[in-house]
Parts: sequence; structure tokens; C-alpha cells
Amino acid sequence: MNIVLELLISLLIVISAVFMLVGSLGLIKLPDLMTRLHAPTKATTAGVGGALIASMLYFLAADGAVSIHELLITLFLFLTAPVTAHFVSKAYLHQQRDRGAELPATGRHCGWSTFDGSRADAARDDAPDAGDKTRNA
Amino acid sequence: MIAYALLFGFVAVSIALLLNLWRVFAGPTPMDRVLAVDTMVINVIALIILFGIHQHTTIYFEAALLFAMFGFISTVAYCRFVLRGDVIE
Repeated sequence: MNIVLELLISLLIVISAVFMLVGSLGLIKLPDLMTRLHAPTKATTAGVGGALIASMLYFLAADGAVSIHELLITLFLFLTAPVTAHFVSKAYLHQQRDRGAELPATGRHCGWSTFDGSRADAARDDAPDAGDKTRNA
Repeated sequence: MIAYALLFGFVAVSIALLLNLWRVFAGPTPMDRVLAVDTMVINVIALIILFGIHQHTTIYFEAALLFAMFGFISTVAYCRFVLRGDVIE
């Protein structure tokens, strides 16, 4: 195998391993869940992405054929990582509903999203300050 | 040279998995544990890919793809259970 290609593959593997370690270290060190969501995304994008590019280059150099499986995994992970982060943060906010009283009033007929129900709920109650009533209940 | 890089990769990803396991046991809220398990799935995918390079075979990519799908589906199912009280309404 070409020495430059071998060096490149080794460098990509080391970079991906370092990003994996940094992501999990951030998961340990950061203070609460909303900040902890930030760290593992680096492991998802740079960590798995680097390992997959290294694997593509390795099998391209060893077998002479481009394999498309790695691109599938990369595409799937890049599509699902934001959805997962959104769901986790939304469920976390849902479990912290009693902290909604600390928020100021929105000044509109509907309250805060996730804490006070949706705009459709506020419209159904057909009162001008339905959101405030929901939050104070 | 690739063998040494793979060795470093195995050690680093294994330490990362242990750190995630610590967060799974110590996480104050259930969502911390869900996030830690999701990160463990990501790390296991990288470990499988590195193992595929080590064994010089492409047969492990299907396993990595399955891990990616099941990790996503399980995380979304748990979050949906917390949000709505039911997985499929």
C-alpha cells in the first residue's frame, strides 16, 4: 500500500478516536443535560465520519472497489442525529414542566410551547389569556 | 502503521464507552441515561467499523447499519413514551 495513503488512513483513525473520547468526556464533564447534548454530536459527526472515511479509503486501496455501505451509514447518522437531539431536549423540557412558572408571560393568547400546550389548545379554550391560565393552574 | 492507529482507536473508543457507562449509572434524570445510551450506540458503530478494518472484511458494515437504525429507533421510542405516554398512538 502507498505510504501516503497509509499515513492518511492512520491519521483519520486517530482523529476519529480522539473525537470519540472528547465527546464522551464532555458527556461526563458538562453540568446539565442541555449542555451535555452538545458533546456527543462531535462524536457522531467527526468521530464516526472520520472512521467511515478511513474505512472507505482502506478498502478502496486494498480491494480497488468503492463500497457504498459507509456512505449509507454516514447519511443515516447525519439525518438522525438532529432528530434524536431534538427529541431528547423536548422530552427533558417536558419533564421540567414545574419550572415553567419561572418564565415571564408571553404577552400573547397562547403560552410557552411545551410548557403550556400548543396554539391549537389555546385557541380551543377561546379565552384571550388561555396560556396564562394553563400555566398558573 | 495502520495497526498502531487501530490499537489507539480501540483503546480510545473503549475508554469513551466506559465514560458513557458511568453517565448511564450516574445520570440524574432519565433523559441523561437515554442520551448516554445513544452515545454508546454511536461509539459501538465506530468500534465495529474499526474492527472491520482490523479484520480486513466488509461484512461488519451491515451490523453497523443495524446498530445505527436500532439506536435511533430506541431513542425516539423512549422520548416519545416520555412525551406522550405511549409509543404508537
